[in-house]
Amino acid sequence: MTTETLEKAVATEVPRKQKVILAEGNEAAALGVALARPDMVSVYPITPQSSLVEHLAKLIADGRMDADIVDAEGEHSVLSVLQGGALAGARTYTATCGPGLAFMFEPYFRTPGMRLPIVLTIVTRDGITPQSVWGGHQDAMTVREAGWIQVYCENVQEVLDTTVMAFKIAEHHDVMLPVNVCLDGNYLSYGASRVELPDQADVDAFMGEKDVNWHVALDPLRPMAVDPLTGGTTGKGPQTFVRYRKGQCRGMQNALSVIEEVHADWAKRIGRSFAPLVEEYRLDDAEFAIMTLGSMTGAAKDAIDEARDAGKKVGLIKIKTFSPFPVEALKKSLAKVRALGVIDRSVAFRWNCGPMYQETLGVLYRLGRHIPSMSFIGGLAGADITIPHVHRVIADTEALLNGATAPTEPVWLNEKD
Amino acid sequence: MYEVRFHGRGGQGSVMASGILAAAMVEEGKYAVSIPSFGFERRGAPVVSFLRMSEREIRQLTNIYQPDCIVCVDPTLTKSVDIFAGMKAGGTLVQATHRPLAELTLPDCVSTVGLLDAVKIALEIFKRPITNTLMLGAFARTTGVVSLDSLKRALEDSDFRDAGLAQNMTALERGYAETVVHQIERRAAA
Repeated sequence: MTTETLEKAVATEVPRKQKVILAEGNEAAALGVALARPDMVSVYPITPQSSLVEHLAKLIADGRMDADIVDAEGEHSVLSVLQGGALAGARTYTATCGPGLAFMFEPYFRTPGMRLPIVLTIVTRDGITPQSVWGGHQDAMTVREAGWIQVYCENVQEVLDTTVMAFKIAEHHDVMLPVNVCLDGNYLSYGASRVELPDQADVDAFMGEKDVNWHVALDPLRPMAVDPLTGGTTGKGPQTFVRYRKGQCRGMQNALSVIEEVHADWAKRIGRSFAPLVEEYRLDDAEFAIMTLGSMTGAAKDAIDEARDAGKKVGLIKIKTFSPFPVEALKKSLAKVRALGVIDRSVAFRWNCGPMYQETLGVLYRLGRHIPSMSFIGGLAGADITIPHVHRVIADTEALLNGATAPTEPVWLNEKD
Repeated sequence: MYEVRFHGRGGQGSVMASGILAAAMVEEGKYAVSIPSFGFERRGAPVVSFLRMSEREIRQLTNIYQPDCIVCVDPTLTKSVDIFAGMKAGGTLVQATHRPLAELTLPDCVSTVGLLDAVKIALEIFKRPITNTLMLGAFARTTGVVSLDSLKRALEDSDFRDAGLAQNMTALERGYAETVVHQIERRAAA
């Protein structure tokens, strides 16, 4: 979706007046959660997520949010508690990151298998070791094959709006999968920006009637077994298992169109548009492109404008939905260019590149045409990705366009900062 | 785009001041982004916060390397930190200090200086050297880019951990009233 199309898509219905406030990303996420009216949240604090759960606790204590809050003894329990809540038909929410997400992994992998539409914000944090409490996408990237939908936000407004939309996406009958809203630790979690707060009545109309868990429920009048042991390695056991896995994969693919529909409905009712899967910025007449994810995108767009002013025909492709990977949408965008530079905020250790770059290689193959490309890694452990860093990416990618050989090693953007 | 860098020490509230200032700018209909620097929270360690203000949407969410204005809420910080790093020519310094202008060592990039004996006043109001809201008053007086009224409204919406709203309102007003602003005329190089 191009930026021009986005602007045209805004507000076919007139939303009620929106209060303008200053909020950090963590507060915006909490406000988004409150607008979606969950029945139950369970929390355990961890940097840089802590202020998010503090805001949630305060919203509940002040009576601005009507939800049960379970202060569990650790992240494994947090998600296990929410599984019980979701099975009882509750709309549920939590947030974590880094080591907390690691401690949560056992119930984390189980959640999409049980088709429980839980929303979990990952306030992304780099992986330890070495010790770091700062931002980076390594935590979310490490669990990208665990079956959760994962969307990344560019700014604080997108955090607020996407948090509400996440519940609608997760609970859609064709999806029924948990969703991670990924917001960058530090730059988004603590970065305070001007945001517009949608009116509760408009959000209520957007959300519609609550119908969280229709397919399986802990109901004494309707006893059923959930999460069955599928049997041995012969007979019906493997068939049952395949049915579960195939269903998860189908739900993931269904999510692509549901994410688009939900974003379109949000634009219509609330008056703000965000590209649901892939955003194109000044790409239509571009000869080459750079790819971004999350909060680095703002500085990258500013750099693209400067490069355009200097006569470079460069555009930008931003991924919002990372899981499921938007293969077809990205293919359309990549078909427009002849060289590509991909910036990642984390590492794909096995391939010696960034994870988004690695995923994109598969899409480039499907394109059936060779496009020279290279991987850039920046912003690890809270490091800044500034306009000058992006100009380096633009220059190196332009060199590929002009026949330079693509390096087999990634470029480490903050190596000499 | 107007860029401000706050310097202080952990516990003095410079990050909070940056947020209150951003809220006041939003109150005036502007776009503002406030991003704190990141470290382990330690009382007394140097901390930095970055604030951008613009009439248009601010897309870049990054630190600030070439500020238009530097607000230093601690009088001792210049001994351990180069607060002037990257400052634009013709820049503004808002400094907590009991010293007169003549006793300060300032680089050539500084053209406007607002000085406030913030520690002395803070000890009178809070009985502790918490200077952040005083320095917001000093910022408004020195730069004129935000009104005292907008700062008051932003202050009313803030949650204070260590002091009450009334004390902070007094601090804001006294900071505004008692700041001394100097323009430095630079002679052209011989």
